[in-house]
Amino acid sequence: MAEVLVKRLRKEFPDGTVAVEELDLAIADGELFVMLGPSGCGKTTTLRCVAGLEEETSGQIVIGDEVVSGLRPSQRDIAMVFQFYALYPHLSVRDNLAFPLRAAKRPAAEVDERVNEAARMLRLEPFLDRRPGKLSGGEQQRVALGRAMVRHPKAFLMDEPLTNLDAELRADMRAELKHVQQRLSSTMIYVTHDQTEAMALGDRIAIMNKGRLEQLGAPMEVYDRPATLFAARFIGSPPMNLIEAEVTNGHLTAAGGLTIAAPEGIQRGERVIAGVRPESFTVSDPASDPDGARGRVASREALGDETIYVVETEAGLLNVRMPPTARFGEDQVVTVRHRGSAPPVYDPQTERLVGR
Amino acid sequence: MTSAIVASGISKTFGDVQALDDLNLDVPEGAFFVLLGPSGAGKTTTLRVIAGLEKPDAGTVHLTGIDATGASPAERDLAMVFQSYALYPKQTAGDNIASPLRARKLPKAEIDAQVARVAELLHIEKLLQRKPAQLSGGEMQRVALGRALVRNPRAFLMDEPLTNLDLKLRVEMRTELTRIHRSLGRTFLYVTNDQVEGMSMADQLAVLRAGTIQQVGTPTEIYDRPANRWVATFVGSPRMNLLPCTANGRLEGSGWALPNPGFVSQGDRPALLGVRSEDLSLETRDEAAALEGRVYAVEPLGDRTLVDIEIGDRRIVVKAAPTASPEIGEQVRASVDLDRIHLFDAETESAVARR
Repeated sequence: MAEVLVKRLRKEFPDGTVAVEELDLAIADGELFVMLGPSGCGKTTTLRCVAGLEEETSGQIVIGDEVVSGLRPSQRDIAMVFQFYALYPHLSVRDNLAFPLRAAKRPAAEVDERVNEAARMLRLEPFLDRRPGKLSGGEQQRVALGRAMVRHPKAFLMDEPLTNLDAELRADMRAELKHVQQRLSSTMIYVTHDQTEAMALGDRIAIMNKGRLEQLGAPMEVYDRPATLFAARFIGSPPMNLIEAEVTNGHLTAAGGLTIAAPEGIQRGERVIAGVRPESFTVSDPASDPDGARGRVASREALGDETIYVVETEAGLLNVRMPPTARFGEDQVVTVRHRGSAPPVYDPQTERLVGR
Repeated sequence: MTSAIVASGISKTFGDVQALDDLNLDVPEGAFFVLLGPSGAGKTTTLRVIAGLEKPDAGTVHLTGIDATGASPAERDLAMVFQSYALYPKQTAGDNIASPLRARKLPKAEIDAQVARVAELLHIEKLLQRKPAQLSGGEMQRVALGRALVRNPRAFLMDEPLTNLDLKLRVEMRTELTRIHRSLGRTFLYVTNDQVEGMSMADQLAVLRAGTIQQVGTPTEIYDRPANRWVATFVGSPRMNLLPCTANGRLEGSGWALPNPGFVSQGDRPALLGVRSEDLSLETRDEAAALEGRVYAVEPLGDRTLVDIEIGDRRIVVKAAPTASPEIGEQVRASVDLDRIHLFDAETESAVARR
């Protein structure tokens, strides 16, 4: 495995569309690096430039110690995975695993060695001579994963490989993929528009928007302190509450008397947008908490393990995540409070993080 | 509470496929009643039998206490909303909404008043002059809803009306529909295969599988006390963890044991322990009630972190605090909230009662 460098990458298509503006990324050896963004943000174009499927307008791609710009995809020693294909039902697990290596005309001894290694890694040794139909769902997924990863390229490039699976299988496969990637220490660049997938999988996440990098960080960094309002809106479900507030005596005050802990480094009187996660608000009965800001429950979604309230307040509609034991009805008047440490705050003009 | 819709003993076969098998359903007046199940469960067939679009092989349908089994769809006076919008492309949104009233030759002033009322309810006053091609998917779905709501039927039957919308819009429309239901105070019978949609909108749910009702209850009842293994794993995400075991004085599986919190003893019968991921914790509280295994994968999701743990040849998922960060391969103990675990008979799949 190897590191991958994207240096000042720019990609302009013949029709004048600039898909990637100027992008610098350094993906470490053995890292699972996720590129996240809406369609059209440039994530797939970047991946295709790394793969050699698109030629960069300017900039450079380095894989390992080698500048690969100008090389064909087959000369770059990378593996592209667009989707985990269904298994061949008439072939044994062993032959399914060997298929990509035989297709690449690898010597038989090498094929055997790689297949045995993959089977050991994925705990498939007892099943090597069985047909896929005789395996459980989880075992079949491991075979599909093994087949995609049986080669030893310098890096794996994955473009939304889980998209076509149903929700349950997708969650299982996500955990399998993460497990195998860590065990193999493979370098992997993984493109997705699904923020849950990005959070769950990534060692680091690059959030892309309009061909530019919005933020680069570990999942919890990106979740706790989105660098821009774009990143704040993109990560988290239900989304972060973005609330106009003013810095008063040591805290932030929003319309309707809603107070929020203030971060350091912003001036009194300054107007900011506070980014508060739904789990950092609570609602309670005004009878037991008469002093806080008031709101009216606009809707509630009981999801079993938690209940999401949308509360209409003078500061806007707020998403509040509560345990399932909370029981407030629609139209009920409630007290809304912020709890915990100071949230990230944003400059309304630049839409960027301010303070600390 | 009076019943808006009662279906009794409904069976229906198509060729040699048994779509519905002795199905019983009682929808209270004014309820938001959801029929939840995977595709092929018989949800749409149930709706079509109630609407009079499909004749059952056996059974009766009563609407507000009156036997409607032999009645035509028009006589039943129910409004249907489907996942395809089926709007007239050459008519404006307003004319589309007005069409059921025009068909009844109501006076123009009354039609206009009704269309205005519905447009206000759906927040589409400004769209009434547009043709369907000038509307977004969500707007078209609202117009299709408007066409159903403009009438004053006995009940509204909705067949996966949000399926064609993208995720963000679907979530918005969920909130909208519950709001509309509340302000109308009418009976909604709503079909979906999406358990989050069903859980979040319903007053009452009927979970349907292979033509038979598995369980009827409030969303909380179905989530907290699933009647069988199938319902337990169909509702909730991540899906409920299941571990094979025997249940006597203790619950014992391969490489683990827990105190039996009062389940009726099963002897040698194979059973399944069911634990939801939020009822497991990595911050050990009770040494006696814990499952031990190796960390298989760690998935931070922001508000929580999912930790996959391997126990023998099985995997379970623990919903842990966002600060949890165990290493892959690390040996961990997940303590179990014994008040919230489930036990199922491995053969019948029914939930085992507690003493």
